[in-house]
Amino acid sequence: MQTSLSILELLSPNPPGWGGVLLSGAVSTIMISLGAYLVGISIGLAAAAGKLKGSRAVATLLDLYTTAVRAIPELILIIGLYYAGTDGINRLLSALGFPPIEINGFLAAVLVLGVVQGAYMTEVLRGAILAIPVGQIEAASAFGMRPWLRFRRIVLPALIPNAIPGMANLWMSVTKDSALIAVVGYQELALATRLAAGNTKHYFLFFFAAAAIYLAITVASNVVFASLETHFRRGQPRAA
Amino acid sequence: MTTSISCALRVDDVHKSYGTHEVLKGVSLAAGKGEVISLIGSSGSGKSTFLRCINFLEVPDRGRFIINGEEVLMKAGSADRVRPANWRQVERIRIGLGMVFQSFNLWAHMTVLENVIEAPVHVLGMSRRQATEKAEALLHKVGLYEKRHVYPAFMSGGQQQRASIARALCVDPSVMLFDEPTSALDPELVGEVLKVIRDLAEEGRTMLLVTHEMKFARDVSSHVMFLHQGRVEEEGKPEQIFGAPISARCREFTSSSRH
Repeated sequence: MQTSLSILELLSPNPPGWGGVLLSGAVSTIMISLGAYLVGISIGLAAAAGKLKGSRAVATLLDLYTTAVRAIPELILIIGLYYAGTDGINRLLSALGFPPIEINGFLAAVLVLGVVQGAYMTEVLRGAILAIPVGQIEAASAFGMRPWLRFRRIVLPALIPNAIPGMANLWMSVTKDSALIAVVGYQELALATRLAAGNTKHYFLFFFAAAAIYLAITVASNVVFASLETHFRRGQPRAA
Repeated sequence: MTTSISCALRVDDVHKSYGTHEVLKGVSLAAGKGEVISLIGSSGSGKSTFLRCINFLEVPDRGRFIINGEEVLMKAGSADRVRPANWRQVERIRIGLGMVFQSFNLWAHMTVLENVIEAPVHVLGMSRRQATEKAEALLHKVGLYEKRHVYPAFMSGGQQQRASIARALCVDPSVMLFDEPTSALDPELVGEVLKVIRDLAEEGRTMLLVTHEMKFARDVSSHVMFLHQGRVEEEGKPEQIFGAPISARCREFTSSSRH
């Protein structure tokens, strides 16, 4: 009988304990979050540049993207993008005469969450770029820097301190939004928890353990972001 | 006027408008090697805009630019304006025009030394070691060697401006452009910056100086241009402009700003 297992045995990483399932779920959560975060940063940088420097048509299109994504509840977006995305790809493939493919659940999760992150990231980065004193960019031009060099050497390092608080927020939120991926059946921490709890009927224990893992991820992230912020703010005096 | 062979900089008939407001209505200038030309005039006279047109931080509507013997290629733009034909050429020419800004514009995420070696290393392709040696010598010269590892935000305005002069010097510019270099400074810090600029003038550097420091302009300039409403109202030797100006407006301006 499972009920006869002690708490430690239930949480043990080896069967019949469920700790291993929880931990591998936590690893999935972190990997999905990292992937989505990187996709989000890439989309955000490109879209922020497009909004600030692109033609009116490009800016309007990007406005549409950021407004739509931020207006729709994430759960609906994830379900919609996941099924519409996989269905769309397979329809396209069959129209071109290829057999349908099984979409990799991890990749789909990363892309779907990345598209959502990208919309929020766009606004964080756009604000961070606008907050750079224009004279510093002018000085880069005056010293003959070409646009890419200017971006790499001046704009990017100058925008990071402005962006870090907002980017830290987005990281914290993607680690939890990744739980929504459970609805499409990919096993990350939230789904692993539900499995463990359902199988053992120890709901309180496993949801408490999951909460502790989410908290640990957040606390560790805080430490990382705090040290990043200290590093990138090295040229700025502390606010009194 | 100097002949074109010894000309470090020659600019003809620069026009610039913002909307319907015409800021520059045809300004020309020729600077021989070693000349120090001061641009004076009241706020809104177009002197800063003119200086910024020379390195294309403002894109002029019309004009001809010959910098260190190389003419900036222009092509027709919209509404009888011209545009640089090749921005790469502009970028290459800019590095020969060391610019010093009113608000310093040092890069905040770099130390003083990193600011000074940035363009030599990443634009001119100088080795880091060689650039550092050169930068340290220049920082010595402007009295900031001890501050070389400090970030700009932790220095006074006068120190920041001296650092930005070192930054401009480190690319070996053929002409230096000073855009009101002391206007953002507290009065007690103006002197240390003017001293550095005076030393550069005495070394025979070619300089264009937009300034409100009339006494300084009179002392260091070889030529003074008085701008009024986008035109050169009067120009000549400093003794003439400050001593016996012909134009009534110039007389009024130089006498009212004398301390």
